[in-house]
Amino acid sequence: MATLWRVTRPDIELPMLMKVPLLRHGESPATIVGFEAEQAIMPRLTGPHVPYFIAAGDFDEPFIVMERIEGSSLKSWLDQLPLPSDEVAALGAKVAVALHDLHRQHVIHLDVKPSNIMLRRTGEAVMIDFGLARHDHLPDLQAEEFHGPIGTGAYISPEQIQEIRSDPRSDLYALGVMMYFFATGERPFGDPDRVREWRRRLYRDPVPPRAYQADLPEWLQEIILRCLEVEPNKRHDTAAQLAFDLQHPDQVQLTARADRLRRPGVLQGWRRRWRKMRTAPPSASPQSCARRLARAPIVMAAVDLGEGMEPLADALRIAAQRILHTSPGARLACVNVLRVSRMRLDEFEDEQGQNRHLQHLAALKAWAHPLPAPAGGVTFHVLEATDPGGALIDYARSNQVDHIVIGARASSSFRRFLGSVSSQVVAEAPCTVTVVRSA
Amino acid sequence: MRIALLSDIHANREALSACLDHARASQAEHYVFLGDYVGYGADPDWAVSTIMAYVERGATAIQGNHDAAIFSRRQQMNDTAQTTIEWTRGRLNPTQLEFLQHLPLVVEQGELLFVHANAWAPDRWGYITGPRDAGRSLQATRCRITCCGHVHSPQLYYLSATGKIGEFTPVSGVAVPMPRPRRWVAVIGAVGQPRDGNPAASYAILDDKRHLLTFVRVPYDIDSAARKIGAAGLPLSLAMRLEDGY
Repeated sequence: MATLWRVTRPDIELPMLMKVPLLRHGESPATIVGFEAEQAIMPRLTGPHVPYFIAAGDFDEPFIVMERIEGSSLKSWLDQLPLPSDEVAALGAKVAVALHDLHRQHVIHLDVKPSNIMLRRTGEAVMIDFGLARHDHLPDLQAEEFHGPIGTGAYISPEQIQEIRSDPRSDLYALGVMMYFFATGERPFGDPDRVREWRRRLYRDPVPPRAYQADLPEWLQEIILRCLEVEPNKRHDTAAQLAFDLQHPDQVQLTARADRLRRPGVLQGWRRRWRKMRTAPPSASPQSCARRLARAPIVMAAVDLGEGMEPLADALRIAAQRILHTSPGARLACVNVLRVSRMRLDEFEDEQGQNRHLQHLAALKAWAHPLPAPAGGVTFHVLEATDPGGALIDYARSNQVDHIVIGARASSSFRRFLGSVSSQVVAEAPCTVTVVRSA
Repeated sequence: MRIALLSDIHANREALSACLDHARASQAEHYVFLGDYVGYGADPDWAVSTIMAYVERGATAIQGNHDAAIFSRRQQMNDTAQTTIEWTRGRLNPTQLEFLQHLPLVVEQGELLFVHANAWAPDRWGYITGPRDAGRSLQATRCRITCCGHVHSPQLYYLSATGKIGEFTPVSGVAVPMPRPRRWVAVIGAVGQPRDGNPAASYAILDDKRHLLTFVRVPYDIDSAARKIGAAGLPLSLAMRLEDGY
């Protein structure tokens, strides 16, 4: 347990919170170890998805001072459940973006649940309480301090139950549990206290969410049940890829998970148990977050399909292929910008616009056709914008794109006059950019 | 205080200079050398005089098995090691020899223990290569933190209050907190002949007030160090392993 204090200092304007652990005699060692983890991890995290760190005490006088986030945690939403699907997806995407930001900073939260998530006024999800978290550049003190799995019964992932604390996809599982709960009002595995009961999720699938909410869309069930896969390899590779699916429902690839209305019978559970007994437990080797994320980037190809652009589009395809070749779990987002005027004048023009949109989508698909399908999937997006460079940059930012491949037109008076889209993207994009020229 | 910990220099002038430069730039205030200044490398004379100069200015130096081998034939060493020990003996002057001979095997400094190989039998040179060895070493000392070398691969072991021992392969440049009441064994890795697949020199900086340990990898001029080994007529395998880091 810890006590929380509102604190102020004349030279700091930010609202602040001081967390002081209760180190009374007989206090659970979990309190102390959890606090050590927070003291070690919080100062290393930056960005909008964590409370801003201000100060920490030492080991003799422990405390942490951090930014106080206004409002309350998502726990206060629980009496409004179930929520409409689009709200669940929007919230899930925000949390997935926050988790991706943590994972990028080498931290796995390992205790994702409504009471550990807050929302900023500006909308970003903020992850709080790093007491069970793991930084993969630091020794994992929790693992050595406890016997048995560590986590919260309702949300803990199968691999955490097997005492593996090094897979960022454990956080995707917990987020899946949370989205299930928010969409149906039911927890997929109840709220068990005993570790014996936790293990049930290793063998039995949950009741499909659509059995509770008949109007829940197939794509959302597909996403939630994919998060709840026992095998981490069957989940999304990264939180960014999960966020991408939640933000683009029409691009979600549906599988057998999507239309399931009953959970598989007991037999399936026994089969899994039997298989489990005959196979070795998953390896516990610490997998670096960074390495896992690097395997599964979101690659965005910004394709210009204007007239006379074929040689450049070909060169772009070769460059994209090279990048996909080196990242086995990559997802490719093919993006084309349809330049539109500032306002539509009449219905006729609107219909024309529709046609152009579909035409561009078809051309984009034709461009990508020769590419081998990457494991993370291919999606197609035609953005309508007055400012192509700005639209591409916004797209990259809101979809956690890791790498943009974009073509640069040859030098021309046209380009000198209009300015170059690719140079704007290089200057302002939040990620790596490869600029391609045709021979 | 920021303490630079350097072990297994092995007469590698280029690697030691690079690490000392790095430590100076990182505001190290105290230097502890954890043994094995000679053997394998081509610059024993320079390495020993440099460490003598640091000791004169207050640094701590421990004796390693290669330093002890200069005087005692009791140790079983492999042929390559034995060859370089013979070669080294002729390269050192009497003052340097005397310095090496009278180095302590163990130094305690508050809650810190400095030793070349382990705490259970410092003069027997047993390796700490896993949690069991680390536990054995911790049982042999009352100090909370043991800093040692000898293994040539950086590794950190920690003993929790529940008696479980964890191990961790450090990441260069990341400050690791070493909270109480846990007890720790820090195997620093080698300045002069790394064997963990990364040829960059390895050393560490310990902030004993904030209980932070930072392992660091420092790239250095491997080509020159390797060339000198060849020129000195020492076994070529010693030059090659510097380039591979194995």
